[in-house]
Amino acid sequence: MTPHKRLHLKTYLLILVMIIAGPLGNLMLAKGMKNIGKVTAKISSPGDLFHVFVRILLSGTIWLGIASLLTFFVAYMLVLSWADYSYVQPASAMAYAVVALLATLLLGEVVSPVRWAGIAVICLGVFVVGHTNPRTTENP
Amino acid sequence: MFEVLFFSLIVVAGTGGELCVSRAMKEIGEVHDFRPSALIKVLLRALRAKWMWIGVGLMTLAFFSLLAILSFENVSFVVPVTALGYVAGALGGRFFLGEQVNGRRWAGIFLVCVGVTLVVIGKG
Repeated sequence: MTPHKRLHLKTYLLILVMIIAGPLGNLMLAKGMKNIGKVTAKISSPGDLFHVFVRILLSGTIWLGIASLLTFFVAYMLVLSWADYSYVQPASAMAYAVVALLATLLLGEVVSPVRWAGIAVICLGVFVVGHTNPRTTENP
Repeated sequence: MFEVLFFSLIVVAGTGGELCVSRAMKEIGEVHDFRPSALIKVLLRALRAKWMWIGVGLMTLAFFSLLAILSFENVSFVVPVTALGYVAGALGGRFFLGEQVNGRRWAGIFLVCVGVTLVVIGKG
């Protein structure tokens, strides 16, 4: 394999990790918090707040979610160390669609057509934002 | 009611936190040396920056707000709405860090707003 091809493969692989690990992390946070239950209904005193806080810290699902988000973050940092931001950034735009897709498949959430349209427009907007100059201020 | 509070905290505190961290890192200067010993020095300098601590505090607040809202709202609703952070980021970058936000970036931000509006309308 040529070094050029290897770099491409490495980039695609890490972008794939980003697109899966980021949304999966959010999904696991959601699942963990659903297990704990609606926090606004549970908290009426500082003691309740502490109790909910402890339950969050003891939830394996939430820690898995945090680990997954950290994986996303490390992959993102690594890929940004050699690839252009404007090349990598559309992948983070796709994350909004992947979150909705995984939520319907894994958590059984129902996403209406209007919401799908909204998510598509958000992806487009984030994509457009990404294709602008990453630095507009001079070095101090 | 709580939705509005938590979304505001996620967007404002989250973006505010990132802006503070960005400001702290700009004060520290561009990182050129990626050897572990040099990175540790950067980290130690970052820990001494006031803006870094304010930033991390705000981002922690945003994270727990995200957890709170995920305890009763669908993740397919919550995550797209958090894209409003791009709007807050552009406004904060423009007015807090003095960055130039060009027409194309404003157009993207406008699209994000339209998309979030559709996501909110399409709820339920």
